[in-house]
Order: sequence, then C-alpha cells, then structure tokens
Amino acid sequence: MELDSKIPNVPIQEAWRAHIDSINLVGPKNRPKYDIVVVGSGLAGASAAASLGAMGYNVKLFCFQDSPRRAHSIAAQGGINASKNYRNDGDSTWRLFYDTQKGGDFRGREANVYRLAETSTQIIDQCVAQGVPLAREYGGNLANRSFGGVLVERTFYARGQTGQQLLLGAYQALEEQVALGKVKQYPRTEMHDIVKIDGRCRGIVVRDLMTGEIQTHAADAVVLATGGYSNVYHRSTNAVNCNVTAAWRAHKQGSLFANPCFVQIHPTCIPVHGDNQSKLTLMSESLRNDGRIWVPRKKGDDRRPRDIPEEERYYYLEERYPSFGNLVPRDVASRAAKKVCDEGYGLGETGFGVYLDFRDAIAKHGKDVIEAKYGNLFDMYKDITDDDPYETPFKIYPAPHYTMGGLWVDYNLMTNVPGLYAIGEANFSDHGANRLGASSLMQCLADGYFILPQTIGDYLRDIYQQKIEEDHPEFAKHAEAVDEKIDALMNIKGSRTPLSFQKELGDIMWNYCGMSRNAEDLKKELELIPALRKEFWSELKVAGTKDSFNQSLERAGRVADFLEFAELMCKDALERDESCGCHLREEHVHEDGEAKRDDEKFSYVAAWEWMGENVAHQLHTEQLDHQALKPTTRSYK
Amino acid sequence: MNFILSIWRQASPEAKGKMVKYKMSNVSEETSLLEMLDMLNEKLTLKDEEPVAFDSDCREGICGSCSLVVNGRAHGPGKLTTSCQVFMRSFTDGQTIHLEPYRSAALPVIKDLVVDRTSLDRIIQSGGYISAHSGPKPEPNSVPIGYDELEESMDAAACIGCGACAAACPNGSAMLFTAAKIGHLGLLPQGQPERSSRAKAMVQQMDDEGFGACTNYAECQDACPKGISIKFIGRMNKDFAKAMLCDELDPRGSMDAN
Repeated sequence: MELDSKIPNVPIQEAWRAHIDSINLVGPKNRPKYDIVVVGSGLAGASAAASLGAMGYNVKLFCFQDSPRRAHSIAAQGGINASKNYRNDGDSTWRLFYDTQKGGDFRGREANVYRLAETSTQIIDQCVAQGVPLAREYGGNLANRSFGGVLVERTFYARGQTGQQLLLGAYQALEEQVALGKVKQYPRTEMHDIVKIDGRCRGIVVRDLMTGEIQTHAADAVVLATGGYSNVYHRSTNAVNCNVTAAWRAHKQGSLFANPCFVQIHPTCIPVHGDNQSKLTLMSESLRNDGRIWVPRKKGDDRRPRDIPEEERYYYLEERYPSFGNLVPRDVASRAAKKVCDEGYGLGETGFGVYLDFRDAIAKHGKDVIEAKYGNLFDMYKDITDDDPYETPFKIYPAPHYTMGGLWVDYNLMTNVPGLYAIGEANFSDHGANRLGASSLMQCLADGYFILPQTIGDYLRDIYQQKIEEDHPEFAKHAEAVDEKIDALMNIKGSRTPLSFQKELGDIMWNYCGMSRNAEDLKKELELIPALRKEFWSELKVAGTKDSFNQSLERAGRVADFLEFAELMCKDALERDESCGCHLREEHVHEDGEAKRDDEKFSYVAAWEWMGENVAHQLHTEQLDHQALKPTTRSYK
Repeated sequence: MNFILSIWRQASPEAKGKMVKYKMSNVSEETSLLEMLDMLNEKLTLKDEEPVAFDSDCREGICGSCSLVVNGRAHGPGKLTTSCQVFMRSFTDGQTIHLEPYRSAALPVIKDLVVDRTSLDRIIQSGGYISAHSGPKPEPNSVPIGYDELEESMDAAACIGCGACAAACPNGSAMLFTAAKIGHLGLLPQGQPERSSRAKAMVQQMDDEGFGACTNYAECQDACPKGISIKFIGRMNKDFAKAMLCDELDPRGSMDAN
C-alpha cells in the first residue's frame, strides 16, 4: 500500500498556503447539501463541529458523555503554546516548530508540525475573541508561563484550568450552532462502527446509551475526534471512560493505526495508593516552573522532608540536566524518576514516588505569589492526599497520560479510508515520539478550528450529489454485526467482571510495555495478552440487559477492544528496535542512559493494517522527510 | 473502615424508586466515594444483581459529570468539592451513608443516581456564547483587559456545569449556573455586543426549563464545587432588568420618536 501524505513539494514554510491554494473548496451555497458526522466533543471535535456548522455544513455530533462539555480536554491544566513572542525572548514559528520536532525526537512529520506552529498564534486570537479568559498581566496584556523542553516563555493559561476554559469556548460555539440548527448533538451515544460503501466511509453505527437502541447515521464524511488510548493501562490520567473503541473499530474497517507504541508517561502525577484506585491524577507540568524535584540521598530515609538538610537532598534533574533542570521534557523527567526509584531512592512504602518541593519558591516569592499561580493545584492535591503542599512537598510519580500514536492521516487529516478523518489526539502526526507540554490543546484546536474545516472540502467536492441514505443495505448489515457483538458479550455469562479484565490488562501493559521496554518482555507480553483475551471471551460476566442503560456493558465493549489493541501496541514496540522519545528500548541507550535513536533504520511512521481476526497485522511505512531540520542527538544537558 | 450504604435505586425514568441498603466492609480511608461504588458494583455484578448506575468521568473534580447527593448534601460533606473528590476518611467508621440523585423537576432521573442535565445545555444554547466564527481575529493585546476584571470573569467561568446549585436550591433554581455564564461573558469587552440579548434569552430559557426562581437562600453558593459567588446572581438580575427596560425602547431610535 502506497501511503500518500499529500504534502506539497515546496519548502515547509510555504506548504500550507500552497496546499490551500491548490485544493478544491465547496462553495457556501453547496455546503448545506453535505452531512458530516463528528464523533467526540473534546477540543478537536467541538471546535470542528462548531466551525463546520458555522460554515454551513449539516453536522451531527456524537459523544458518550451526558453533555459535550464533559470531554476530557476539560482536565488539561497548564496551558496552550503559541509562538506570539510576547516576551521578546526570541520565539518564532520556526522556534516552535524546532522545539516540537526536537521534543518529538524527530519522529513527527515536518510539514504537519510546521503548520501547527504557524497556526498557533491564530488559535489564541480566536479563543480570546470567543471570550476565553486567558490570564492577563496588570497592564491588561496576555500573560505567559514556561513549560518543559523549551527556552522561551510561550505558554498561555487560564489559572490551572486552561483545558476547561478552552473547551467551554469551543462548547459554547458548538451550542450556538445547535441553537441555529446547523449542528444536532447526540449525547450519551457511543460509536460502534463505521460504514464503508464502495471504499468510502459513509456513516456510522451507534448505540444510544440510555435505551440500548442501535442506530445508523449516513454522512458524506466522518470525523473521529475520539482522543487517546492511555486507559489501555487501566490507571492513567485520562477520564475513566476514555477508550480506543472508535479508533479501533475504524482500524478494523481498514484505517491504518500509526505508531501505537508511542505513549507519553507524564512525570508529575499523584502516586498509586491502592488496588481499588480508579485513576491517577495529574499535577500540572507548570509546577515544574517553580517546584524542585528531589529524593533523599540516603535510601529509605524516613525523616520528614523538612528535616532533611540541603546537602542530603538529591536534586537529580538539576544535577543531570543543568541547562534545562526541572524543565526537561516529559519523557526525560519520567525516566529519571523511574531510574532513581528503581535504584531504591523512591519514597514511602511503595518506593514509587519523588518529591516536588515548593519550599524555596515560597521563600523566594512568598506564599501569595505561589498561591495565585498554582492555588487550585495545591488545593486539589490536598483534597486527594490530605497533605498540604504549602507545608510539605508534593509526592509525585509518572503515569500514562497521552498517546502520540493514533490513526494514520494525510496532510488533509484524512485517514487512508476516503471520507474518514481523524483529528486531535486520535491521529498521529504532530508530536512524533514525545509531546511537549501545552501542545495537545494547541493541536486539537489547530485541527478543529483551522485545518480540517479548510481541507475537508477537497474530498467533499469529489462526491458532490452522490448521496447515500441509511436505507442502503450496508447500514443494516453493520448494525446487525454490532448487535451480534453485543449479544456475544452478554451471553458469555462467566464469572469475571469487565473491570477485573481491564485491571489485569493494565498491569501487564505497565509492567511489560511501560516506561522502558525490552524484546524479551515484549515477547512474553505477546503471549500473555492473547491468553487474557481468550479468558475474557470465556469468563466475562456482564450485568443487566442490552436494551437499557448499562454501564457494565459499555465497559465490556471498551475492554474487548483494548484487549485487541494492546497486542498491536506491543508488536509495534517490539518492531521499533530503537529508542526514541517516550519509547525506550533498554537494548538501545547511550552510556548515560539516554535514548539512542537509529535514524538509518527507523526514521519512519509505522502504520499497521488490520488483516482480519487471528491474522497478523501488516506493517506499512511512511519514510519521514527531514528536509528542514536534520535530526540531531537530543540533549537537554 | 465499614459502612452501610443506603442508595436510591430506580430502574428507569418511569419506574418508582426506593432506597436500598448495602453493607461495605474493609474499605481503606484513602478510597474515594466513587471507588467504593465501583467496589460495590463489582460485588453486585458477581451476585447477578444490577449494579448501581452513576455518572462520573474525569474523577478529578473538573468535568462536572458526577452528581451525587450524599447525606442530603449535593456533592457531599466537604466544601468546594465534587462527589468524585469525597474520600472515605471524611466519614466515620460504621456510618450509614445515604446516596441519592439530584432532586429537581428540571433534572429528571434516568436511572438510579443518573440524572438528565440536557436542560443546562439548552440554557447555554439560548445565548451562553460570544458569536465568533472561526477565522482570523484581531490581535488580543489590542484590547487590554484589566487584571481584576479578567480575574472576576474567570471566577464565574470556573463553573463546571454539574448542576449542584440547582440540586441544592430549595426552589430548584439554576440561577447560579445561568448567572455564572452571563457574568463570565458580560465582564469581558468581547461580551458586550450580545450582553443584553444574552441575559434576556438565558433567563427566559431557564424559566422555560422549569427551574425555580431565586429567593436568596444561597444554598447554591454553599454547594458549588468551584466556589462561585451569588454576587453573580445580583449581576445577572441587573443585566436582565436593564435588558428588559431597553427592550421597551427602540434601541436604534427612529425619526418618529422625536
């Protein structure tokens, strides 16, 4: 299969303009003749649906939550990047591009990344115009803070609630379109399949989560904005219902899955406390601006942190990475935490935790300043742990957070299935092997507000007046298959709950395909997962009935998909026999323990094709073109 | 720790509900209330009983999905907290804990502890936005916004749309929810062009949904997980009164008026 990324053959600085000038557009009078389905209502989905509706398309928006405003983008805390150069510290489109590519360890697609950097400033303009209350300085101008992996201050924020405020901006724009009749929203509705007719994506099959009714919706194009798959680890910083189902079922209909092994483990999360814990709570990376990370130099030192004198504290990030210090990128910070804990310096009973300490920052700036900047994060930590971080340091440990991998898309954000698009975290293209902080919000809004609404016309023009309705037999066929799969889950009637399988899978993934990986573990895991999947299909027990509100059944379906997806993730991790960004293969490290890339062999996107049940996936590769920026060894020392 | 849970069970919107008791033992104090419900549901599933339906998603107090009334209080015992951020250490060992859904005519029960909050979406649809089609926009620093003004707007914008205000209000009023959005947008320069029409439409929609009126109990402020102040209700009333008054006059004037 030839993977055509459709990137114009011009220097990346001119690519986006050249592309827009050359593709087909749909005129305002013809837009109402097209129906577009958007699945997912986070930053990418809500902004895309609102923009497409305002342009005149008929949009249907689906989300499994009770309202589009609940999508997990809302939980992003720290900020959104834009190369405004308000600080006059040398920022530029090029610099943001450079930082993102380097941060991604040169496994991102250059033209996409450059376009993202180019679009970043427009996003801030758009959001402010919508009334998103981004923080201001006393003079009334927008404020900035710094984030990991960069040497400029370009992160915009709204207290510790940046994701919430940006999402509400997009949600409000969406609700306006609902009121105008241009978008119809379907909350508490979960996508179960896409429908392909003559090779094109022509609609979806959904389940109404309140009644259990299976419905079909025809469309001229389908946009998946369904987020990432960190919950394959069961406990992650994602919302408990986040899942891979929509992307995975699209994959099983022919959409390629790219770089599934690229998972970001976020360095600053509240450590695990017990087996029944349902999720791991993230503490914003912005805390690393002022907080200092350390462990006691003496193993098992059980003195209170306040009583441990300066010379007995091991500020391992500051010592190992003097130029970036506590602000190294996430993958580097996470691995460093793992390393000190594996060496026995970790905190508490579990030994999996390090300190993030604000003592010095409070002494220097005063409690008021720290409270104004991070107050809600301090409160949140105290609510959860009963410890007061103004008095005693935060305890943190890395946790799965974001997935750089996702459905393969071209420069138009269309998957290899014509008419099927993937935006936001659901696609793969912009963050390479590691995402920099405050870049996910940027990418979701770039995709949803600015890129997809302009590129989708190129495809729609091709199918002008070729309407297909829900009475086409393919819709009934797919709906029946979905119903049969639900029956299959209901009818196992075994003795284990869906949650117990998700936990077991999560433990396997964390232990064998987590922060560092090796061939032996991955091979072992490739035996464990099919065995667990087999047990799932013989021992699962789903409560309730299929034709009612049934959260047990919802989870069962998602876990079934995770059990298939996990295997592909491990295969991809095994096949990528190099270290890059988040993906550390223990066989490939420099002497100082840093990741060792192999550009000769692995400077490509691994795009996997589903070949059928019980048949091995086929690998397709898209070679990465490093025209503008030659890969260098990534150093933050 | 051990607890007795007394939980509202209702099979469907039409069905009659009742409180049902369950025993929970060996719950560690750092377990959250919702994690304890997860544990209960695991037990119920294995006993072939229907698990308790409840909404939750982010489990870190920001998405607004969770919506329990715990011992008679929306979101439970703590201040400034959502149901998902209630931990078992805030109860005493052996205590009976009552869990109910929100009770409000405009937030009807779907199943057990799950309620329908689409009425809140419809209030936003009626005017809770600034119309700004995606595309190039002016440089944000060309209109400076004072620090205090922005921060006050942000105080209101912190609303997570959980609906606890309406659940806590003896009148079942969604005034705090509505006022927070009107305050957030009305305090910003970008929000001025639609300020009057927004206040009028949103208040009207709130009434149409069957939410009650405000009689200054301030229970909403007490239950609000984000600490949104009832001062925004006063502000909304002012905006609304002004909008109604201006409506009497032709806002653009006319030749005949003189």
